[in-house]
This record gives sequence, structure tokens and C-alpha cells, in this order.
Amino acid sequence: MNTLLNINHLLFLLEGTWWTVVLTAVAFIGGGVGGLAIALARIAPADWMRLISGLYVQLIQGTPLLVIMFLGYFGLPALGYNVTPLTAAGASLTIYVSAYLGEIWRGCLEAVPKAQWEAAECLALSKTQRMFKVIMPQAIRLATPPTVGFSVQIVKNTSLASVVGFVELARAGQLINNSIFEPFLIYVIVAVIYFCLCFPLSVFSQRLEKTMARYGARTADAA
Amino acid sequence: MTFDFSAVLTSWQMLADGAALTAKLASITTITGFLIGTLFAIARRSGGRVLRGCASAYIETVRNTPFLVQIFVIYFGLSSLGFSFSAITVAVIALTFNVGAYTAEIMRAGFDSIQRGQWEAGECLGLSPVQLYWHVGLRPAMERVYPALTSQFILLMLASSVTSQISAEELTAAGNFIQSETYRPFETYIIVALIYLALSIVMRGAFWGLGMALFPRRRRLGTPL
Repeated sequence: MNTLLNINHLLFLLEGTWWTVVLTAVAFIGGGVGGLAIALARIAPADWMRLISGLYVQLIQGTPLLVIMFLGYFGLPALGYNVTPLTAAGASLTIYVSAYLGEIWRGCLEAVPKAQWEAAECLALSKTQRMFKVIMPQAIRLATPPTVGFSVQIVKNTSLASVVGFVELARAGQLINNSIFEPFLIYVIVAVIYFCLCFPLSVFSQRLEKTMARYGARTADAA
Repeated sequence: MTFDFSAVLTSWQMLADGAALTAKLASITTITGFLIGTLFAIARRSGGRVLRGCASAYIETVRNTPFLVQIFVIYFGLSSLGFSFSAITVAVIALTFNVGAYTAEIMRAGFDSIQRGQWEAGECLGLSPVQLYWHVGLRPAMERVYPALTSQFILLMLASSVTSQISAEELTAAGNFIQSETYRPFETYIIVALIYLALSIVMRGAFWGLGMALFPRRRRLGTPL
């Protein structure tokens, strides 16, 4: 006799949702630090830095996250490291997200007009000062809408951590399904929860984009 | 720590079959997804209020839920409706359903980027709405968003790895099986990752060639894709 879906199941799903949020935060922070390094290396003057970071991005963007997850979870123990599902999933997502955020941010850094770089140089700013005081503050404004947009991808991609046994939302759904055998009902509920997490972010990102477009049009008119 | 790739490479036949199925899934769903996506882009731009609402609901639902959950909903939803499809059929349906929404948004941006005068000129020539999209909209829209489209289809090929979760026997599933036989997970998944990388490079090359063939202007200007 199957048990029915009850309040405890829903609470378990909410706990899973909490871990989805935690994993998203880990991936976003880890991937943000990695992505910044990649973005800077991609436009660095040194050839070898551009080459290595470019190869890294090509490699990661040509590999499915699912396989990176398996490599992190089964591969690291084979290399002699013991990892918990959270570490494996967090590390895999960090590696994955830094490749994508790195490319997005490189585009934003390169979109800052050339004249700004030259003006900073004329003011005798050092390279570090130029990057952190002149270029980045402008690039951050450009980068905000696509970064918020990409965070939706991060939330969705954390669902793949379920394959290494990390109990986030998707895995919580699978576990409940194993006990009450109502797959369609449960996965629809899980989908609705994901939608509630992602949709506000999507709308926010679109709104930011529109504001930026209007602001861009105004400055273009002034110039 | 020693690596032993030979144990994995003896199962090369399985990996090759898996890679072939991945390539097949990707090429079928690239075509079906493009067709569905373009139709939904047109529905979202030119449909009546109901049609526009339905298209937006579909696009937003797909874009804001994970593919893993979508594939489970479709897999179990179809079976609870009484259909019994093979895992591969469900994989094709789910991948099409998924990439269709992303393609719709990309193609909508493409159609939106065409100057109004072009549409108006077409209207003045007495073209019907269908003829307008076919003769005036489609090719220039595709040309403008071609880089975004191709990256989306490469992401689609990579996303097809998730169909291993409903036991479609594609490349990742082959890797899962081999690693459980050989106890060599690291070597197995490295090789699987390299095959995916090769597939994505091949796809990028194919799309580059296709772009050259489809868009003569791009060929003349030599704009990199």
C-alpha cells in the first residue's frame, strides 16, 4: 500500500530546496573567484596566460557538467582524495561555472571603450590601478544583467548534483518518489519549486537589461 | 597512483556506440528543436493573445526549470498517460521540448532585429504573413543570431548526457556502465569527456561550414563565426 504525499514530504522537499540554494551560493562564489581569474588571464598581456585560460574555457565548455560531476565524485577518490558529495558537487560546479562566468566577464572587460584604457594610462596609473579603479567599475555595470541571467543556469545546474547523491531538491524528489511511487506528481512539484527560484531571477535580469539599454541609448544621445 | 586506460579502451565498441547515439540524438533534436523554436518565436511575435500567452508560458517554464526535472516529468508523465515509449524516444521528445524554448527566444531576437522597413516592404508586395516570415524574415534572422544558435545546439549535445538518467544508452550511460565494470572511474570519465570535447569541436566545424553555405554575405566578408 502506497502512502500518500503528506506534509513531511513537503518539508523534506523544502530542506532539499535549502541545499539547492546553498550549493548555488557555493558555486556562484567559487565560480565567481575562478571566473574573475579566468577573465583577467584571458586578456592578460602574457601569451601563456591567454593560451592556458583559453584552453581551459574550451575544455570545460566542450564537456557536459554531468561528466565533470562524475569526474569530481568518482575521480577524486581514485586520485586518493576523500570527498563528500557536497565537496565533489561544489568543486565540479566551481570548475564549470568559472569557465562560463570567465567568458562573460571577459566580454564585459573588453566592452569598456579603448579610450578609457588609454586615458588611465595617460594619467600614469599602474596596470593594477587601471584595472581596479577605471576598467572594472565600468565593466561591473555591464556585467550585472548577464551575470544575474547566468545565475539562473547555476540554480538549474545544481540539479545535476543529485547524480552524485547530494540531497538537493531534485534528489529529495527522487527519494520521496522511491517511497510513495507518485513520480509525475512529485516531479511536477519539484519543477514548480525550481520555477519559483528561477523565475524571479530571470525577470530581474531582463529588467536590468532593459534599464541598461535605456541608459545606453541616453548616453549615446548625449555623446 | 597509476592510471590504466587499457581496461577502459578494451570497451571501445561500447564507447563508439554511445558516441554514435549521442551524435544521432544531437542531430535529430537540433533539427526538430529549430523547427519548434522558430514556430514558437513566430507565435510569440505574431499570434493572437491566447497563442502568445501559451508560447510565453511554454518558453518561461522550460527556461526556468532544470532539464533533469523536465525529462523526469515527461518520462513519467507520458507513462502515466498510458504511452509507453522507449527511453530514446522520450529523450528525443524531452530534448526537443527543451531546446525549442531556447531557440524560440534566440529566433525572436533575430526576427526583432530585422528593420521594420523590410517587413513593410514585404507587406506592400502583398505577401501573406507566412510568406513574409519565409521570404523576408527567416534567413536574415538566422544569419544575425547564427553564433548564438550554434552555441545553443552545442549545449544541447552536451545536455543530452542527462538522458542517461532515464537509461538512454548514450555516451555517458556507456561510461557509467564501463566504470562499474572496470572500477576505473577516473580513466573512464576522462575518455568520455574527451569524446564529448571531440564531438563539440566537430559540431562547431560543421556549423561553421553550414554557415558559409547558407549565408553568402558572411562568406564574402569572411566574418568569423
